[in-house]
Amino acid sequence: MEVVQLQRSFVEYMDSLFREGFLDAQFSQLQQLQDDSNPDFVVEVVSLFFEDSERLLNDLTMALDQPNVDFKQVDAHVHQLKGSSSSVGAQRVKNCCIPFRNCCEEQNTEACLRCLQQIKQEYLLVKNKLQTLFDLEQQIVAAGGAIPMVQ
Amino acid sequence: MRCRFGDTETHFGVLVLIQVMGMAQELHVLAVDDSLVDRKVIERLLKISCCKVTAVESGRRALQYLGLDGEKSSMGIDGLKVNLILTDYSMPGMTGYELLKKIKESSALSKIPVVIMSSEKILPRIDRCLEEGAEEFLLKPVKLSDVKRLRDFILRGEGDDDKLTDKKIKEACSRKRKFQDDSTTQVTAHDIESSPESSASSESQQQKQSKIG
Repeated sequence: MEVVQLQRSFVEYMDSLFREGFLDAQFSQLQQLQDDSNPDFVVEVVSLFFEDSERLLNDLTMALDQPNVDFKQVDAHVHQLKGSSSSVGAQRVKNCCIPFRNCCEEQNTEACLRCLQQIKQEYLLVKNKLQTLFDLEQQIVAAGGAIPMVQ
Repeated sequence: MRCRFGDTETHFGVLVLIQVMGMAQELHVLAVDDSLVDRKVIERLLKISCCKVTAVESGRRALQYLGLDGEKSSMGIDGLKVNLILTDYSMPGMTGYELLKKIKESSALSKIPVVIMSSEKILPRIDRCLEEGAEEFLLKPVKLSDVKRLRDFILRGEGDDDKLTDKKIKEACSRKRKFQDDSTTQVTAHDIESSPESSASSESQQQKQSKIG
């Protein structure tokens, strides 16, 4: 595919991710921290986010599966997930964490399980979207083009 | 022939200046955060702001690095003086607040400015940290503008006798970044001379050049 076409798709895709609330301004901030000396910075941070999140989601599943749920522990995990999703600009994941923490405070296992389900869905969505974005970037670079800066 | 796109030629001289002066004047920041994602981001924010960074995952590691349990010194293990400690508040084991207290209680380390970061804007928490001697409280996610402001604040405090050098470093640093960002600088081959004379131009000529540019 032509470079210009790829670049256009990239910009449109990025725009949609912001418009639909998958990403927020923090993601743009990360992009601004990327330069020729650190060309893979965003991919690296996001990869760490994926690893971290998957670990936390597993921990949450196990913690909520216990006969006596340790809500402090569950809350601690959610707090961490909120922090890292906030740091990469994964807005919808971050927003799911807020009601989740409320359910922990109320010590409501059923509600927590529903929140967990929701977060897992949002996480998989944003993971998919970001991977698509990175794929597009790779295609642009492979075709000899530069990745457009989207403000 | 001097480059007519003012800033570009200035960068060559400025890059040389950074190498000569930057190493002596770079701020060394100890960043403390249990989140791997946040450590990576803060590290990048600091490096882009021309700071040397040591990032550790806990308050205990931070104290070890500062030699609090051993020798009384503000030198890190690698012998570099720590100019600023930037710590997360919520960490397992030792919170940022507890770390702050230990640092302020230590005669060797109490002068090092400590800044607390947190994703939660809890006013009593903020008050407590400031009362305990924290320089500032930053809301996460930390932005580049926050880091730059911190760096400038610390630079003003350190080496007041050498303000001119610090100013040069800051200017050099921001121009260096701009240079790296301007990958599509419109300069034709015949405009640039990368001869020794043009790259080591005197400061007055640089200033003159920036005015023209």
